[in-house]
Amino acid sequence: MERPTSLQAQAPSLTRKDFVSDQDVRWCPGCGDYAILAQVQKVMPELGIPKENIVFVSGIGCSSRFPYYMNTYGFHSIHGRAPGIATGIKASNPALSVWVITGDGDGLSIGGNHLIHALRRNVDLKIILFNNRIYGLTKGQYSPTSEFGKKTKSTPMGSIDNPIHPLCVALAAEATFVARSVDRHTEHLAATIERAARHQGSAFVEVFQNCNIFNDGAFDAFLEKPVRDDRTVVLAHGKPLIFGKERDKGIRLRGTELEVVQIGEGINEADLLVHNEHADSPNLAYMIARMEYPGYPVPLGVLRDVRKPTYEALLEGQIRTAVQRSGEGSLEALLNTGETWLID
Amino acid sequence: MSSPTLIEREVKKEIQELETVTIRFAGDSGDGMQLTGTQFTNTTALVGNDLSTLPDFPAEIRAPAGTLPGVSGFQVSFSRRDIRTPGDEPDVLVAMNPAALKVNLPDLTPGGLLILNLDAFTDINLKKAGYTSNPTEDGALAAYRVFKIPVTSVNRSALKEIELPSKEIDRCKNFWALGLMYWLYDRPLAPTLKWIESKFSRIPEVAKANALALRAGYAYGDMSELFHTHYRVRKAMIEPGKYRNITGNEATALGFIAASKLAGRPLFYASYPITPASDILHELARHKNFGVKTFQAEDEIAAMTAAIGAAFAGDLGLTGTSGPGLALKSEGLGLAVMTELPVVVIDVQRGGPSTGLPTKTEQADLLQAVYGRNSECPLPVLAPATPGDCFHMAIEAFRIAVKYMTPVIYLSDGYLGNGAEPWRIPDVGHLPKIDVRFRTDPEGFWPYLRDERTLARPWAIPGTPGLEHRIGGLEKQNVKGNVSYDPDNHELMIRLRAEKVARIAEDIPEAEIFGEDHGKLLVVGWGGTHGAITSAVERMQQRGVPVSSVHLRYLNPFPRNLGAVLSGFEKIVVAELNLGQLALMLRARFLLDAISFSKMKGKPFKIVELTRKMEEVLES
Ligand code: SF4
Repeated sequence: MERPTSLQAQAPSLTRKDFVSDQDVRWCPGCGDYAILAQVQKVMPELGIPKENIVFVSGIGCSSRFPYYMNTYGFHSIHGRAPGIATGIKASNPALSVWVITGDGDGLSIGGNHLIHALRRNVDLKIILFNNRIYGLTKGQYSPTSEFGKKTKSTPMGSIDNPIHPLCVALAAEATFVARSVDRHTEHLAATIERAARHQGSAFVEVFQNCNIFNDGAFDAFLEKPVRDDRTVVLAHGKPLIFGKERDKGIRLRGTELEVVQIGEGINEADLLVHNEHADSPNLAYMIARMEYPGYPVPLGVLRDVRKPTYEALLEGQIRTAVQRSGEGSLEALLNTGETWLID
Repeated sequence: MSSPTLIEREVKKEIQELETVTIRFAGDSGDGMQLTGTQFTNTTALVGNDLSTLPDFPAEIRAPAGTLPGVSGFQVSFSRRDIRTPGDEPDVLVAMNPAALKVNLPDLTPGGLLILNLDAFTDINLKKAGYTSNPTEDGALAAYRVFKIPVTSVNRSALKEIELPSKEIDRCKNFWALGLMYWLYDRPLAPTLKWIESKFSRIPEVAKANALALRAGYAYGDMSELFHTHYRVRKAMIEPGKYRNITGNEATALGFIAASKLAGRPLFYASYPITPASDILHELARHKNFGVKTFQAEDEIAAMTAAIGAAFAGDLGLTGTSGPGLALKSEGLGLAVMTELPVVVIDVQRGGPSTGLPTKTEQADLLQAVYGRNSECPLPVLAPATPGDCFHMAIEAFRIAVKYMTPVIYLSDGYLGNGAEPWRIPDVGHLPKIDVRFRTDPEGFWPYLRDERTLARPWAIPGTPGLEHRIGGLEKQNVKGNVSYDPDNHELMIRLRAEKVARIAEDIPEAEIFGEDHGKLLVVGWGGTHGAITSAVERMQQRGVPVSSVHLRYLNPFPRNLGAVLSGFEKIVVAELNLGQLALMLRARFLLDAISFSKMKGKPFKIVELTRKMEEVLES
């Protein structure tokens, strides 16, 4: 299941600038999308992939303008369908590095079906879902990740939909790489994107993205500087789940539930849950993904990273096997299969 | 060896020559009628007859046994002449139970041969079929030549040595009936015996039982006093060459594999299972050694968009569906029109609207194919005319898609897809080339810089250095391909896309007239009705009535001479299995008073329905 070598080709050393297209960026000033674009453009040269081998595919929504700003191949498609387009691209040419840029509406509402199926097939796509918990491009309706009771233009009395949880959806589809980061945490974001890029198989990254126009401060309750260390937990493989400004709090598995514990009061690090990205079962990752503020710190980082054969490799493998078994197809022979007879 | 059967055998049976015979096999869906019909067809093809088939099966996989909805039928017409349809009415009906009799009897020609499995006419089966008295006893079948045979019991006694449960023994009775029909129509047993041997090679006892049943049915015809005559249909006088039997769906699959070979690009087939198109997916999935990639998508939309992605990346992107699926693919088709990518969409039309009649045929997706998208969204639409023509039109679909950088819709139908005919195997060397030219030169490259003649934009696939560019569903700036909201640019692009498709008319064959090129009456048809219309027109011509026909395989754009062709006739009848969709298009385009002749029964035209309509129009 090795990645085709052309991906790591002897790319001339590229810089961030090589990935900046000539198009003016049209997001609202102050939008979180800028930070994500900047980090992706920063990570790209580090991957050593020639830019002609990179394709960005998107659907519809603010985030989906992304491909226009990348000086790679790009496809700004239709609402929710980017995983389908991307699957076709990757299956046709597995040597390409194929990225999907989507949002909470695009990826989880209109395109929810395609997202889960791309993930379960383990097509080697890098899917970045910008979650701003609102519809921005259509000017401010609630989205499938908006909180219950949210008042928006389309829900003046508050939303009566229960929100969907992006990480849980990805884990339920048994995605082989699942992570979360934040637009404004530039270093963490860059590192997460780079890990997703290097993963072999479908990688799903949820990015908390601030829409300063229609849903400003949606994540402030746990991401604002003064509170963020106490209200988020940054995951690290092989390390116990510890958080807090003083690094004095942790997460413990008790029975079938996770609980927040204070380190010191009869509890030490050895009692805490140790994060294992590579666990075969997604169960613990799922429990971690379900931690929400208030009540729990919000998890950031890589929840799951496991290896499975990719869809396109299996597809190519079947073709190779078929050729080995029956030889390369001859049209002449194909047309003449079965019973034939001569009329003269 | 002085058994009475041997004495009977000496009774010499008469053999009578026939020109054309139409048989319908009918039974419960569990009775194996499709298999029986297919075997009879294959053997008949090998004998050298021309033939045409019409399978007719319920949408339910296993409707309750013995009921009317559970009846499955298979009609085959074979001839020493060149024939084009499965026959208007069967001359012979094999009915394996009362329900099969009830459903099919109205179609049987008066005086036709009726072969019944008498054992199935039990009180309970009669009741299930809605009979209040037994038609085999009450004189209801007086108009037919009836052969009442206790098929179940004679089959059981023939197979008494076989060590299989009685249920399994009874399942062989379709082979018994097939054997009888082989005797009656003088066909060899060998091809079916060979098939049985290979099909059941792992269960030799079943193979033995089926072979024995087949032989027993044959021997029964030969020895029983019931039959005095059997029939012979001589080899057909058709175009010399090497033939095989083919259904439209098979020919479609093979045609697209051929297109891939001719283009030198892998075929990527994305599809969501749907009747009656799924067989194309099954067939293509078997040919991975041709580099064919099949992708069973999560839904119709994903199948469409994956095919678009594949086309963007340089494969031949193909998706296949039926009417309801085409509706779901519309938005994706719009994207393919906007991004000008060569994808082909197969629509094997079925009865609609909505879920409609999944296993029945119809031609009512024409307007959906030509116009069914938001805004001005033109694309070429092709329609094969016969099962064998599916092969050639599949190649044609990609030739056009690739040359003009456009999505193409290929309109087959359930009748073509499931129907079979002998097919003259084409010479691979004579197939057209599909010229794929990827843009590689970055010098002067713009994603929407058009070829002056075809107006096609370059096919610039990811992986090509220096051609990095972005496409998408937003309106494109002419030449440069950047997003543009400029009003004049929008109108220009709308017109360019339309003009590109319109110019294809110069690159497709002219419409051919069957008959005189002017006169009182022209019948216009398209797609799968070719056989019935051509046969009906020929019948009129043979009677000395001057009628001509024209059959369209290109629905958008129309052949460039179509206007001239139509203007040569006083009256124009447009015959189609919808409520006048082509008629509407012809009226709009040529301002002519076309007479629409419609049929919406989930069934193909009968020849006689068409000749009657022609007579009526000529008399009026
Ligand atoms: S509407 Fe919101 S998400 Fe969209 S560009 Fe503006 S700030 Fe960003």
